[in-house]
Amino acid sequence: MSPEMNSVPNTIFSPELAARFDKLVTLYPARRSALIPMLLYAQDEVGAVNDAVIAEIAQRIGITELDVRNVISYYSLLHTKPHGKFHVQVCTNISCMLRGGNEMLAHCKEKLGIGNKETTPDGIFSLEEVECIGACCWAPAVQVNYDFHDNLTTEKMDAVFENYRQKAGKS
Amino acid sequence: MADVNLTVDGKKVTVPAGTLLIEACRAAGIEVPAFCYYPGLSLCGACRMCMVRIEKMPKLQTACTTPVAEGMTVHTETPEIAQARKATVELLLGNHPLDCPVCDAGGECELQDMTFKYGAPTSQYVEIKQHREEQQWSPVVYFDRPRCIMCYRCVRVCGEGMDVWALGVQNRGAGSVIAPNRQDHLDCEECGMCIDICPVGALTSDTYRYKTRPWEMNHVATVCTHCGDGCKTTLGVRRADDGMEIVRGDNRDKSGINEDFLCIKGRYAFDFANHPDRLTKPLIRQADRSFATATWEQALELAAKKLKEVRDTKGPDAIGVIGSNRTTNEENYLLQKFARTVLGTNNIDHHRTADYVSFVRALAGKADRAASLRDAGTAPAILLLGNDPTEQHPALAWALRTNVRLNKAKLFLVNTSDIKLRRQAKAFLHIPEGGYADAVRFLGSNDADFHGIEGAADFRDALRAEPKLLILFGSEFRGHDIDALVSFGLSLPDARFACLADYANSRGAADMGLLPDLLPGYRPVAAPGPFAEEYPNLPQKPGKDLIEMFDAAERGELGALYVVGANPVERYNVDPASLKNTFVIVQEMFLTETAQIADVVLPAANLYEKGGSVTNSYGDLQLVKKAGDRAGVRSDLELIVRIADRMGAKPQQLVPFGRGLRADTGQSRGAQSGEADRHSIWLASRQIEPKVSPFDPYAVLDEIARLVPGYDVERMNLLAGNDVRTKLVSIEPAASTTRRDLVLPAQDALFTSGTLGRYSAKLAEVHESHRKSPAETAAD
Repeated sequence: MSPEMNSVPNTIFSPELAARFDKLVTLYPARRSALIPMLLYAQDEVGAVNDAVIAEIAQRIGITELDVRNVISYYSLLHTKPHGKFHVQVCTNISCMLRGGNEMLAHCKEKLGIGNKETTPDGIFSLEEVECIGACCWAPAVQVNYDFHDNLTTEKMDAVFENYRQKAGKS
Repeated sequence: MADVNLTVDGKKVTVPAGTLLIEACRAAGIEVPAFCYYPGLSLCGACRMCMVRIEKMPKLQTACTTPVAEGMTVHTETPEIAQARKATVELLLGNHPLDCPVCDAGGECELQDMTFKYGAPTSQYVEIKQHREEQQWSPVVYFDRPRCIMCYRCVRVCGEGMDVWALGVQNRGAGSVIAPNRQDHLDCEECGMCIDICPVGALTSDTYRYKTRPWEMNHVATVCTHCGDGCKTTLGVRRADDGMEIVRGDNRDKSGINEDFLCIKGRYAFDFANHPDRLTKPLIRQADRSFATATWEQALELAAKKLKEVRDTKGPDAIGVIGSNRTTNEENYLLQKFARTVLGTNNIDHHRTADYVSFVRALAGKADRAASLRDAGTAPAILLLGNDPTEQHPALAWALRTNVRLNKAKLFLVNTSDIKLRRQAKAFLHIPEGGYADAVRFLGSNDADFHGIEGAADFRDALRAEPKLLILFGSEFRGHDIDALVSFGLSLPDARFACLADYANSRGAADMGLLPDLLPGYRPVAAPGPFAEEYPNLPQKPGKDLIEMFDAAERGELGALYVVGANPVERYNVDPASLKNTFVIVQEMFLTETAQIADVVLPAANLYEKGGSVTNSYGDLQLVKKAGDRAGVRSDLELIVRIADRMGAKPQQLVPFGRGLRADTGQSRGAQSGEADRHSIWLASRQIEPKVSPFDPYAVLDEIARLVPGYDVERMNLLAGNDVRTKLVSIEPAASTTRRDLVLPAQDALFTSGTLGRYSAKLAEVHESHRKSPAETAAD
């Protein structure tokens, strides 16, 4: 691959991320192997893998936008619409379900006033029902962005919400 | 590769190592069902229908992904396997709508067949089926999501086969769905391959959907009338009020030279035949310059009378004849024979889209060096100069892509633009505009530098190292450029050549002598050889070419012009006023620019409505069969014979039908020697029956085979529907090498097809939709 294929002139990403991507595509025997890490990094920076992200990543790797969309739609961790500042992921898989995961989800819905895969009007919280997040030993568990909250009760969950609401107020 | 022995259902089978088990079974006549497996495409293993029991393997195996191994013992039909397939079908039917009675695929659906063979009459599923509305993805393609069984054939044929990659799979598990590349619509080449390859009715075409049932049609495999590749297209015809209506075109039997492929034109651009503007009654120009419909009797009588009158008063040289690129070889042959023997003139020409004359001259005596389209799919190395097959020769592009993909063929490109096939090319020589002659000179030379292009010398050296090179070139090459290219190719050990032309029978028109200076088989009119005996009154002087005819008309020297299936007024931008003193007879399907200035218009049948043969760009001869039928039109062959008849010519001398010309097998000695009926003897020696009708194209084919060198092909093979090689034989290198270059490329792309394309509603619609989309992109 010619080196000029790596970089994109009018990148939508920060210079650091763009530099990281320039390197990333050279690390694998096949360029498209870099696709999933690129999507995850881009999602963290931009907030979602929107059309602009898809277009640029397709261009960087040299695949079609359709290829990128095919992969995004396969993985539930990748989303094309922005989430709230704090994305609350409630596990309702077996262990959590047995320990009250469904009730936890219902509580979150009521508390936040939104349904599954929705975002609060102030953009602070979004809610999603997810499959196993690997915290079965401490069920029921909820993941907020990259942080875990486990052994939850509805009271503990309220405290979690309050904590994040304050964080949101500060920043 | 070494052979492997295995046993399938008790049958001993020997196949080359590396063969897939499913192919080995099929080779032994045992069909293993499969939805996702498709020969030539990548393996998928998604559908689980091809499960077979291989002894000593723990579970059922997919025959489509298992290569054969020595001593393998395979069972393909056991109760266990039937149960597995039944379960698979049951799962597939879990959300498949049972709308078979209205589904396009009903009756020719692979899922239906499998359900019939293995399916359960009941289902364990009680869930409500998830319905989704049908979506239109392009002017051609519709998608009915619930019918889809996720076999991925469409995704693979579009990507791997067409190199378009317009279809993908989104979501996961039971929610998986085929998705188009522009989210809610397709941006693609509209070839319809995805529709053809779909085992069920999930992808349907706008042209055919909800029109009729497969068993209500007759299916006629004939040759596409559009580009010069000569693909076989299967036309589904159905009775209509005014004849047989073509309702579908597809590649049903896949027996053609195009194998699996067919492009949009072969598939959907048959609709010109059903166009409302189709002429079905003869027209005669009135004193007030308007057209009035006439009977065939009146129109033919008038045409013949005028031709005779001009011939007898102004002389044969005052008549011009223009032939077609889309009529059969028989019609072309007959037209020139009519011009040369009945009218007595060599003023005959056609719209040339490639310089076959120079090509034949350059390859004189080396008939084995002329390539078939089939060679493009098998040659180990290909050099393509000029042309853009993706647009102009879609079947060639398919063959090249397939050859590169499956056989690792090396494709070398020389082009002035960055054509799409570059993606398959091993090397690409991007030359400046108009640089083809230079490029050929460079290939033949030892120069180190070519316009300063990096790697040009490596490109040349790689080419020269190819022991079996297939050289394809477009209409950019004419005259001496062809000579130079051919002599470069002949310096290689076993190079073969093909010259690409634009229309279904461009090659046939040239081969059949629709040329003012050359007889059929490129024999110069001045040295007619056997034609001297065959063609009474053959003029020896070369006639006027197309441009000279119109010049003569301008000077008022052209008394009559007879145009068969051509539109020179539009194509050559002829001023209609220049033809005001010329009596113009036009045989056409539509009131084209040329027909509009005619004095007599005779409504003609198109290539889908008659029998005969056509020769593709590469010299592969194929039969066309009558599929459609339109009340009121007649074939060009019949019209030529009828006009000749009314001019007082003897039809038997024009078309050798009945019991021969002289009803005499002749004397080999004595006063009567040489009076033999050569045609009867030729027929008898080949055990061919004499034909009984003057309108039988095969009667003309007999004469072509007898008189045109290279066309004496194996008749049985031809009749069986196969493509047969004609041999490119030049009798002797034509003396004159300073012929005028009259090649005018058609400039057709994927969605245009000359005059025909304008009357194909579907092509026009697709052309329009593709013309619009770049503008939309530019706006935002």
